[in-house]
Amino acid sequence: MAIVFEKPHALTDVPTHYCPGCTHGIIHRLVAEVIDELGIEGKTIGVAPVGCSVLAYNYFSCDMVEAPHGRAPAVATGLKRALPDRVVFSYQGDGDLAAIGTAETVHAATRGENITVIFVNNAIYGMTGGQMAPTTLPGQVTQTTPYGRDVKVAGNPIRVCEMLSTLDGVALAQRVSVDCVKNIRVAKKAIRKGFENQLNGRGYSIIEVISSCPTNWGLTPVEALDWLRENMLPYYPLGVYKDTSEEAKGNE
Amino acid sequence: MKGNEALAEAAIQAGCRHFFGYPITPQTEVAAYMAKRMPKIGGTYLQAESEVAAINMVLGAASAGVRALTSSSSPGISLKTEGISYIAGSDLPCVIINVQRGGPGLGGIQPSQADYWQATRAPGHGDLHILVFAPSTVQEMVDLVMDAFDLADLYRMPAMILADGALGQMMEPVEIKERPKRDLPEKTWAANGHENKRPHNIVNSLYLTPGDLEALVVERFKRYDVIKSKEQRSESYMADDAEIVVVAYGASSRVCKSAVKAARAEGIKAGLIRPITLWPFPADAMQAAAKTAKQFLTVEMSMGQMVDDVRLAVNGAVPVGFFGHTGGIIPSPAEVLGEIKKLAGGAK
Amino acid sequence: MAKMTVKADTCKGCGLCMTACPRKIIGFDRDKINSKGYHPAVLLDEEKCIGCAMCAQMCPDCAIIVER
Repeated sequence: MAIVFEKPHALTDVPTHYCPGCTHGIIHRLVAEVIDELGIEGKTIGVAPVGCSVLAYNYFSCDMVEAPHGRAPAVATGLKRALPDRVVFSYQGDGDLAAIGTAETVHAATRGENITVIFVNNAIYGMTGGQMAPTTLPGQVTQTTPYGRDVKVAGNPIRVCEMLSTLDGVALAQRVSVDCVKNIRVAKKAIRKGFENQLNGRGYSIIEVISSCPTNWGLTPVEALDWLRENMLPYYPLGVYKDTSEEAKGNE
Repeated sequence: MKGNEALAEAAIQAGCRHFFGYPITPQTEVAAYMAKRMPKIGGTYLQAESEVAAINMVLGAASAGVRALTSSSSPGISLKTEGISYIAGSDLPCVIINVQRGGPGLGGIQPSQADYWQATRAPGHGDLHILVFAPSTVQEMVDLVMDAFDLADLYRMPAMILADGALGQMMEPVEIKERPKRDLPEKTWAANGHENKRPHNIVNSLYLTPGDLEALVVERFKRYDVIKSKEQRSESYMADDAEIVVVAYGASSRVCKSAVKAARAEGIKAGLIRPITLWPFPADAMQAAAKTAKQFLTVEMSMGQMVDDVRLAVNGAVPVGFFGHTGGIIPSPAEVLGEIKKLAGGAK
Repeated sequence: MAKMTVKADTCKGCGLCMTACPRKIIGFDRDKINSKGYHPAVLLDEEKCIGCAMCAQMCPDCAIIVER
């Protein structure tokens, strides 16, 4: 018998601090598998955010930089401008990317900054204990929306891929999910495309991954994925929102 | 050459090829000069979406191991303090220029020295210092920018050029001399791709275990002690036998030099100590002068900020007075002379 | 001939592998508590494993090795 599946090399042996059933672990692995497959670990620099995945710098085997909250796109920009031949990716949560870091995100995207952005949307602030995120659904109960998100008070959630897909600098904006094996395979393909775009100098790629937070949603890991399918996917439809690749043009 | 342009050219001469900025008066010529020059020499000029983004682009470029620069004026520096703290906490070198204007708030656009406290006390949250240089001529702007890059690399920390609107707009002849390259440590810590030849580098300022964080900060403060003992700089003008020692930096020191000269002409034993480094503060020079002086007078374009450091340095040995203007007004030589005369009268 | 092996000390007992398994042959090892305090997942029927690795693809902790 031969080993057909094990931990990718681009992940370190450090055990993650993520809660049981947290899908960050799946997304980390997909990014690492893509880095392995493209053979780019030695020339990749990752940028970790502030949020649940703040310690991502311990988990990826490539060089890593930990950015201030929301500033990962600016830090990635500085890295990429200094090292144009290297591969630079940021890994950011919804609060980091779509609240405190919205300006950095929109401008890195519109500049067509040649980076790859992994955006983990789980509709909640995990690290601080379950407060409302910019992507928290209308009516969703969190620590800071105890009666459910009232859009008259708290405003509406942001659909990031839709918003960014209007910008000329964006090469790829795709929303995927990791709730089941089928979707995980699609997610990996999208992440791979995001990295390939960068290697081909195509500009800014964002892969939004709909993710779960069993702990702060107050559900078991299995229930959380059911909740994701029933509530998040209708509000955040999966799919390609922008793709400028040759292959996509062929499909038009 | 105009002060702001001299700052920019000096950075280029120092090997800086990455500038990230955001327009704000009265430093905008720094950015404009970089926008013109960088594309011609294969460098990066990038106008960021905000001061916050600009300093974080500096963080990214510094992490990659290159010399990076940002420049701004007072309100913009306030926005950069987040990034400065992270850069200091990640032991990264970079240079930040502050061409000061009046504050607080939007304040005004005229020259000021009211960011002394910010630069030397709280350039960001947490236990930290940054190197702070205070040029008083356009030539010194050139020289200190080059020194700032070298010392930032040597000590792995941010360095600030604390200028003001008057110096930034001033035209003076400058000479950009070829300097011998300083022997600096290799940036083995840079996150620039490990090429499968070394373990992965992590640039980070997060330490969740209190003991780890304390140990790191204590190590950093030991480095600060070395800097305090080795890098204090000041200029002394007629201060050796002075009974009245004026202390001023930057644009106000130029005014004070004229006032001291005029006082000497009237037979008053006045002198000037001009701090060139504001952090580390040249406390040794103050203490030496306090042995013979009867009175110190600190002159600033603020309500009196550096005067705190002068008082700490002389530690009660001599009285330390203050004179200044704020809001964008530069004290006149006649005003400073008047203050010196008042003290000379009192000293008699 | 195929086999999935759970690294018992890496497993956080989330149970996602069980939902992914097409053969429904993964369960919790109720007799074991790992160093993290969880009942780790375990392959209940080695005969039926087809080595599809769907469990491993669903695992957030890279706790599963699949051989075929």
